[in-house]
Amino acid sequence: MSEYHLDIDNQFGLLFDASECIGCGNCYEACKKENDLPATNPSRLGLAGADKDFLKDHLSDKTYTVVEEYGDIYARKMCMHCLEPACASVCPVGAFEKTELGPVLYNADKCIGCRYCMQACPHNVPRYEWGSTSPRVRKCILCYDKLKKDGITACAEACPVEATISGKLPDLITEAKRRIKENPDKYYPHIYGLEEAGGSNVIIISPVPFEQLGYSSKVPKQSMPTFTMQAMEKIPTVVSVGGIFLTGMYWLTKRKNQLAKEENGKGKG
Amino acid sequence: MQKSEVRSQKSEDRDQRSEIKGQVLKTGRHRNSQSEIRNLKLNGAKLSFWKIVAVFIAVVGVYSLFVRFTKGLGASTNLSDFVPWGLWIGIDFIGVGLAAAGFTIAATAHIFHNHKYESIARPAILSAYIGYMMVVALLVIDLGKPENFWHPLVMWNIHSVMFEITWCVICYSTILTIEFAPVVLEKYKFDKLLKIIKKITPAAVILGVLFSTLHQSSFGSLYLIVPAKVYPLWYSSFLPVHFFISCIAAGLSMIILSAYLCARAFKQGLNIRILSGLGKGVLAVLIIELVFKFVELYSTGKFSLLFAQTGETYFFWLEIFLGSVIPIWILANPKYKVNRTGLYFASIFTISGFILNRMNVCVTSLVRSSGQSYSPSFEEVGITLFLILVSVLAFKFIVENFRVFEEKVHDEVEVSKEEIETKDLIFDK
Repeated sequence: MSEYHLDIDNQFGLLFDASECIGCGNCYEACKKENDLPATNPSRLGLAGADKDFLKDHLSDKTYTVVEEYGDIYARKMCMHCLEPACASVCPVGAFEKTELGPVLYNADKCIGCRYCMQACPHNVPRYEWGSTSPRVRKCILCYDKLKKDGITACAEACPVEATISGKLPDLITEAKRRIKENPDKYYPHIYGLEEAGGSNVIIISPVPFEQLGYSSKVPKQSMPTFTMQAMEKIPTVVSVGGIFLTGMYWLTKRKNQLAKEENGKGKG
Repeated sequence: MQKSEVRSQKSEDRDQRSEIKGQVLKTGRHRNSQSEIRNLKLNGAKLSFWKIVAVFIAVVGVYSLFVRFTKGLGASTNLSDFVPWGLWIGIDFIGVGLAAAGFTIAATAHIFHNHKYESIARPAILSAYIGYMMVVALLVIDLGKPENFWHPLVMWNIHSVMFEITWCVICYSTILTIEFAPVVLEKYKFDKLLKIIKKITPAAVILGVLFSTLHQSSFGSLYLIVPAKVYPLWYSSFLPVHFFISCIAAGLSMIILSAYLCARAFKQGLNIRILSGLGKGVLAVLIIELVFKFVELYSTGKFSLLFAQTGETYFFWLEIFLGSVIPIWILANPKYKVNRTGLYFASIFTISGFILNRMNVCVTSLVRSSGQSYSPSFEEVGITLFLILVSVLAFKFIVENFRVFEEKVHDEVEVSKEEIETKDLIFDK
C-alpha cells in the first residue's frame, strides 16, 4: 500500500481536546466561512431559539464539522483523515486522494456517485448532496489550501482555548501524550485516532471513554483497506489456478469423448 | 390467474382440466385440436391480464425514471447519508446471482463436454445476458453521476473491489455477447463470422468462468471493509466464498424455474432428465453452503447469536429455512427430485432464500449500525419492476424469434418416462 504516505513526519493533523472545549462554536463558524458553506443552524438563520443552536446541527453536505453537547462535555465531529483511508481505497475511480500533507481530498470531476466511500467509512463521515442532480460527496478537507499557505486550519485558528490545535502530526501526538501524562486525573488514558482504523491525522483526547461522546468504539485497530486486501490478493492465484484447471479439463474431457467415439466406432465396425 | 381461469371452466369434467394442465407441462407435444383451443383460450386470458400489469408497470417505471433524472436521488429514493445503498444494490446482487447459470452451464457443456446439458446452454446464456444488461442499467441509474459511468475505464484504482467488479462485469458481458452471438448469426447466415466465433468460444467460456468467479465473489468482498457495520451473523471474512457458492445454487434453480415457465408460455421445454440433473447440483451446493455456514458460525463463536431474540436472528433463520432447509428436504426426497412440480417448488424456495440472503446482507445487516431503518421508495420499486418487465419482454422476444430452445424429438424411452411424470403430477393434484 505504498501510495499511502505512511511517513507521517511531514503530515499535518488536528488534535481535539474535549476536556478543554468550551462549546463556543467558533470552529463551527470558521469552518462554514472558510469553506463557503451556507448557514444551517436555526438561530443564525434568524429563527427563534437559543444562541447555542449550532450544538443541535449535524454533519451534512453543508456542514463539515459539528460541536456536540454531552452533559457538560463538548465533542467535535469531522473527517478523521485516516492514514490509510477506506474511502480512497474503495473508490473505483480514485476520486479520493491522501495528500502528502495529510488531508484526504475529494475530486468531484472524477466521482461517478457510487457512494461506496460513504458505505465504507469507519467513522461515518462522508455526506452526499442528495438534493442535487449532479451530487458531490462532501466532507472536511482539513482546509487544504489554507493549510498549505498558513500551516493552520480555520477551526484551529478560531479556537480561543487550544481545544483544537493543528500542526505536524508527530508534534500533535507528543502534545496529546504530554497533556494526558501531566493531568492523568483529567483524561481518559487513550488517544482516539492513534490506532483506530490504522491511525488518522485527526486525534482526540477526552476526560471520559470515547463512546460516551459518540465516537464509535467498534472501529477496528487495523487499517481498513487490509480487510479488502485479504480477498483481493487472492485474485491472481484464483485466475491462474482456475485458468490452468479449466483449460486442462477442456482438453481432457474433449480427448475422453474422442476416445469414446473411436471406441464406439470400432465396436460398430 | 390460471387457477381462476381453470375454475371458470367448471362445466368441464375434471379429467379434461387435468389434461390441459398436463398439456401445458408436457411442452405441447401430443396435442389434439380440442385441447389446443382451450390452451389458446387459457393463454389469451392470461395474456390480457399480464398486459394490463405490464402497461401499469411501464407507466410507473417511466414516471419513476423521470423523477429520478429530473429531481435527483434524494427525491426519488429513501437513501440517506446513513443508508447510502438500498434496494437497487440488492437487486444488482440478485440479478447477477440468478444469472450465474450462464457460466456454470457454459462450463459444464463447453469445458467439461457434458453433452447432456448442451441443450440448456443457450437459454442459460440468454438469461444471463439479459440479467447482466438489466443490472448494468440499474447500476447506471443508481449512480449519482450516471454521465460519468465510463470513468472506471480510464481512471483506475486497482485496490477497489468496485473497480474490479466494474471491469469483470464489462468483460463478462462482452463474453456473453460472444457466447450468444451464434444464435443471432446462424439465423441471418453470417457463416464466416460464425466460424470465427465458434473457434474462440472455448477460450471465451474459460475466461467467462474466471470473470464470473471473480465478480460473483467480489460482491461479497464489497462488505469486507465494514466489519464493524455488518451484523455478525452475516459478516465473515469468507463473504466472497459464501457469495460464490450461493450464486451457483441460485443460478441453477433459475434455469429450472425458467424451464418450467417457458414450458408453459412457449410450449418449448426441457426434458426432466436434465432438470433433475440440475436439481442434484442444487442439492449438493445447498448442503455444502449450509454446512460451511454453520461450521463457520460455530468456529468464530457466533453460535449464541442464532438464539438471540433479535430481528436479525429471525431474518437469518427465515433465510436458512426458505433457501436451504426446505429445498434440501424437497430435493433429497426420492419422489420429488425427479418430479417437475417438486423441482419447481425447490427452485422457488432456493431463489427466495437467495433473494432474502442478499437483501439481508445489504439491508437487514446494516440497520443496527446505521441506526436507521430503510424501506424502498415508490420510485425505487417502480424502476426495479420496470427493468424486470423489460428483461422478461426481451427474453420473450428473443425466444420467439431465435432458436434458443432445441426442440429435439425425444426417443421412445424418454417420452414414456415423461408420461409417467405427468401422470404422477395429475395424481398429486
